[in-house]
Amino acid sequence: MSTGFHVVVLGSLVPDMLQTLEPVQGPAGPGLKNELMLPAVLDPWAAHALFEAAHLASQHAGSKVWLVSLGPKAKLQQLMMSIAQKAPFELVAVDGSASGFADAFAVAEALAGAIEKIAGLDRSRLLLFGGCASASRDAGTVVQMVGERLGIADQFLAADELRVSPDGMLTVLERVEGGRYLVSDVAGPPCVVAWATGNLPEPPNNPQVGMLNMRGIMPALQKAASAPLASTGTTYVSVEVPKQDRKTRIVKDVPLDDMAREIADWIKA
Amino acid sequence: METILFLAHTDDDGALGRVALEALTGATQLRSQMPGAKLAFGILGADTATATQSASGCGADAFYAVAGVDFAASRYASDAAALEAICRAAGATIVVAPATARFNRVMPGVAQRLNGRIDTHVSGFTVNGDELRVQRGFYRQRMVATLTRSVRPWFLTVDGGVFQPWAGASAAVSVQMLDVTLGDALRRTTVTGYQAPEANAQTIRPDANLLFVAGVGWTKKQSDGQVHLDEAASAILGFLDKASASLGSSKSLVDQSSEGHNVFSFMSHLNQVGQTGATPRHPKGLSTCCHGEEPHVVGWRFIGERRAINLDANCGWAQGKADVVYVADAFELVRKITKLL
Ligand SMILES: Cc1cc2nc3c(=O)[nH]c(=O)nc-3n(C[C@H](O)[C@H](O)[C@H](O)COP(=O)(O)OP(=O)(O)OC[C@H]3O[C@@H](n4cnc5c(N)ncnc54)[C@H](O)[C@@H]3O)c2cc1C
Repeated sequence: MSTGFHVVVLGSLVPDMLQTLEPVQGPAGPGLKNELMLPAVLDPWAAHALFEAAHLASQHAGSKVWLVSLGPKAKLQQLMMSIAQKAPFELVAVDGSASGFADAFAVAEALAGAIEKIAGLDRSRLLLFGGCASASRDAGTVVQMVGERLGIADQFLAADELRVSPDGMLTVLERVEGGRYLVSDVAGPPCVVAWATGNLPEPPNNPQVGMLNMRGIMPALQKAASAPLASTGTTYVSVEVPKQDRKTRIVKDVPLDDMAREIADWIKA
Repeated sequence: METILFLAHTDDDGALGRVALEALTGATQLRSQMPGAKLAFGILGADTATATQSASGCGADAFYAVAGVDFAASRYASDAAALEAICRAAGATIVVAPATARFNRVMPGVAQRLNGRIDTHVSGFTVNGDELRVQRGFYRQRMVATLTRSVRPWFLTVDGGVFQPWAGASAAVSVQMLDVTLGDALRRTTVTGYQAPEANAQTIRPDANLLFVAGVGWTKKQSDGQVHLDEAASAILGFLDKASASLGSSKSLVDQSSEGHNVFSFMSHLNQVGQTGATPRHPKGLSTCCHGEEPHVVGWRFIGERRAINLDANCGWAQGKADVVYVADAFELVRKITKLL
């Protein structure tokens, strides 16, 4: 009998978080100025999902991790240079827009289609991982929609921990209101886990892992199918950068007691 | 003609939570702005009677409920089945729901089942003729878009703080109780309860008037060349206690804890605000020993009045991000403020 998990991680690239972004209107809808030139990183919450997946796989013999990424091929290739050394995975690339303005419904369709084509994926052992929201669309919707398309009825959002019992039961801790966790037990895979930060630090680069991954990455990029991502019926009326409109008053060279009084009064007001 | 369906779940005490009541205001406003629109009310929970009664005066044309022990806990499989049934029974074309943790998890899947579209964390809507337009943030609040969709049903989840909570007298209404039966395949998950992340998780108080944010400066060498962690911890906790404030943190500070360094036992990454953390809503915010860098300030998007204490007069807060910056040593100043509270 096969053992271990088949973990499919959904994750793609987003513009570096420190980058200032400017919207532009293109023929197919809004986008980012110089989008293809912007430095990109693996979407942070999806990156946590990948690290958790690799950790889980390392603890359960027979497990395997796939990273399913939808993005422009050339940008995906660049991204792989920085993440291939982090964790062992097999890349499944889908060539298409990684824009936050692309519709979640169409993105989910493309991703589910790519997962259905993965050779050797055992859906009864499937853990579908992803981030709890992207740093692009920032909606927290795609992972659940892919789960639905794959017929998975056990789903978790904003998870920080997944424990596996010896009998195969999975315990998931999800972030809920008030800084608490909701604790659930699920009988086993298949299930969907969209991760918050998890508990693992970013793994150090491992050149050996990088070399192994790279063998599969180039062919995966070459055979990446393209996904047109229709956004039927959606019209963006405007896209703008939120205004920074505070006039900051700087208080300095004032006795601390006066500052303390002013702040205390403000808090109590 | 649109049929607007408001969806809610009961809270653990059987009532409607604040965010749900706020979203209900949004749904009723929307109905009044859309010519000829119908409003339906749908709810799920162990016992939905109290919650339905409390909102019965909202003017909905129809009320639907899925109730029973199977629907008490926040579980994807049963929630999705119940919400799908309500949406179908109501013939919803627009669905308005609160962005609670429970609904954030399930609503995208329900939209998928109904072949609909979804926009989450909606921060407002306007009606232009008979066209509904919604606003929401993209790229972790670095951009705001206004958009409209023609595909139905269109699901909208509304964050807390956008509308005033709905309030009104009760009315006599008849509720259609929908029968949703769960097979074993939908009971594979059992919710076993809540867990506080660490000993002092109560530092996160969503209803607090003030968000107090600690930055990495609290753990840095101070003017005497020493690190003062115990003093920092007692200054922060003392303040939180007196001010009944909620505690936020910069990423750098909580990252230090997770790397196993010294730092504060009362804070975890759940406290982190910012681009990769939380974006809480509070009327006021006080930042201390934190630089106010862009990815951090994203977490302050929904903080009304903002003040900061920093040794550096040129810190990020001074660049139009805070209303007032106090150039001072936070160790001393925070202790003094605490005494006055
Ligand atoms: C992809 C990505 C995502 C990120 N996401 C987030 C996020 O979600 N949240 C987040 O917070 N950051 C995030 N960051 C990190 C962010 O860019 C900053 O590095 C971080 O916010 C800095 O934390 P800090 O202000 O606590 O520390 P520092 O920048 O080190 O600032 C410390 C401050 O303390 C002040 N100080 C020191 N001693 C005192 C004293 N005695 N009294 C008063 N002031 C004092 C100093 O003047 C200084 O301004 C992200 C970065 C990246 C690349």
